[in-house]
Amino acid sequence: MTLVAGPDLAGARGQHARPRAGRLRGLWEASPLTYITLIVGLVLSVFPIYWMIIVATRGNEIVGDVPPPMLPGGELGENVSKVFDAQEAYFAKGLVNSAIVASSVTISTVLFATMAGFAFAKLRFRGKNALLLTVIATMMIPVQMGIIPLYMMMGWFGWQGELQSVILPFLITGFGVFMMRQYTQQAVPDELIEAARVDGCSTFRIYWSVVLPALRPAAGVLALLTFMQTWNEFMWPLAALTPENPTVQLSIRQLNGAYFQDYTLVFAGTTVATVPLLIVFVIFSRQIIGGIMEGAVKA
Amino acid sequence: MSLDVRPTPTRRRAKAGTTASPPDRGVRARLSRLDIKVSPYLLISPFYVVFAVFGAFPLLFTLWMSLRDRELASGKDEFVGLRNYTELLQDANFFNAVVNTLGMFVIATVPQLLLALMLANALNRRLRGSTLFRVGFMMPLVTSTVAVAVVFTQLFDTDFGLINWLLGLVGVDPIAWQSDRWWSWVAISVMVDWRWTGYNALIYLAAMQSIPKDLYEAAAIDGASRRRQFWTITLPMLRPTIIFTAIVSTIGGLQLFTEPVLFDNGDTDGGSTGQFQTIAMYMFDTAFSNDDYGYGAAVAWMIFLLIIVFSLLNFMIIRRMGGAR
Repeated sequence: MTLVAGPDLAGARGQHARPRAGRLRGLWEASPLTYITLIVGLVLSVFPIYWMIIVATRGNEIVGDVPPPMLPGGELGENVSKVFDAQEAYFAKGLVNSAIVASSVTISTVLFATMAGFAFAKLRFRGKNALLLTVIATMMIPVQMGIIPLYMMMGWFGWQGELQSVILPFLITGFGVFMMRQYTQQAVPDELIEAARVDGCSTFRIYWSVVLPALRPAAGVLALLTFMQTWNEFMWPLAALTPENPTVQLSIRQLNGAYFQDYTLVFAGTTVATVPLLIVFVIFSRQIIGGIMEGAVKA
Repeated sequence: MSLDVRPTPTRRRAKAGTTASPPDRGVRARLSRLDIKVSPYLLISPFYVVFAVFGAFPLLFTLWMSLRDRELASGKDEFVGLRNYTELLQDANFFNAVVNTLGMFVIATVPQLLLALMLANALNRRLRGSTLFRVGFMMPLVTSTVAVAVVFTQLFDTDFGLINWLLGLVGVDPIAWQSDRWWSWVAISVMVDWRWTGYNALIYLAAMQSIPKDLYEAAAIDGASRRRQFWTITLPMLRPTIIFTAIVSTIGGLQLFTEPVLFDNGDTDGGSTGQFQTIAMYMFDTAFSNDDYGYGAAVAWMIFLLIIVFSLLNFMIIRRMGGAR
């Protein structure tokens, strides 16, 4: 591609400098159609979330209203307190459990992923490439492959229904290791590590006081992504936990099963479980989106 | 960063040179050689320990279990060879689940990737408010799948749903989103697309931004229209990324679980006649609801095989398509 375009371009630069400017002015300009496409996309992306909030802030009488309400009402507090009172859902417990599970998984993923990422990016050892390939290969294995034996293993350990069962299998992911390897390669100059080495730092010391601080931005992105993913996990908690000791996603399922006619109540639950994450995401959106896009190019 | 670290080496080096006695230096050198040899393995070991216990072992154990008739409640556990697999190949419910999964996979993935390409192409222009659009497109990925599935299930409600109401305004009769097989696939695919289109658009955008701008300028000088530039420059250059997203969508699509379960009010039987039961739901159902863990393990392996086959298929189709152009 480049080979074909190269000489052409060089010619164009030399000979037709003037007309080029005219022709190229509009090259990256957005047309009205561009904006229409994007605005439609934006509305479709945001509307279900907005609708969830509208219903969550209104009374149940709105169901089937024609035309449906398009503005939030003032009954969010009432609906939310009903959610916490709903006994089948164990909603407060679900929230606390989800916070514990997601935080534990996040901390350990960031720690272990930066460690392994550092080793794969900057250290020399036998079998490195093959080992890195196995890391990538594990990303292809679907979680569902394992859930039946995992469930039985939790039985052997006596962890069925306990929070360990949804924390320990996810302490580290291949994705995290791979992502941190990519960032370490680019964010930590070799000279920095050499210098610390000459200085007499042990490998762990280098990891802790040189690599980890340099990785802080990328580690933050990984932390947020991991937290969100763990918070939203559904299938394995459904198998491993009980309705009495749920994560918040299981609480919503219970709520939805028990009150499926009572939309305002259920939607108040989904709002409480969703909006805090959305706010965190919007605050850090620049970093998260940057992280995802950078990872995409390298992968 | 460099300010913190750079001064130290010189200081330390000087100290080591003057004060360390020869035997001490020997021990140190040996320690540091050991450190350099062993530490890398220590650093990567947590990953392999976790993977060995919770990834590799379960995988092999699934294979082992798929060769057995295993029930947890009754304690039944006997070796049956390939019987689970031969039964599976005659199991109408399994084939129903396979057809459902593949159907939803196709009607979810194809529009999703095309829409993502369109959005990415639009985002790649010089824009006002580009951050707003990016954040907006990514919001679905952050909301919990369970919450979204609950909201969409209400939107798709046959009697009170907003979508049927909107369709009614343009004169379309209410659609039975839940009970009709085809429409239930469409509804679930919409949920999947809502979640992933924006994400894929950003992945494509990242790839588009790494295409040299010169190529477009050269094409424009040669009089190529934007549409032509898209077909002859953007698309071929994006081929690796498209393969990547298609494979990721395949892995996700063949494991579809949360959306259809919530669409079914939290159950895994996939509607009254199993009209939208996916393979993952079938596996869950056989193991955890019917206490047939051996059979469920066989289903799990079939999911894995399907993922491999379809990833390769995807890869070949997209490569062929690019090659022909």
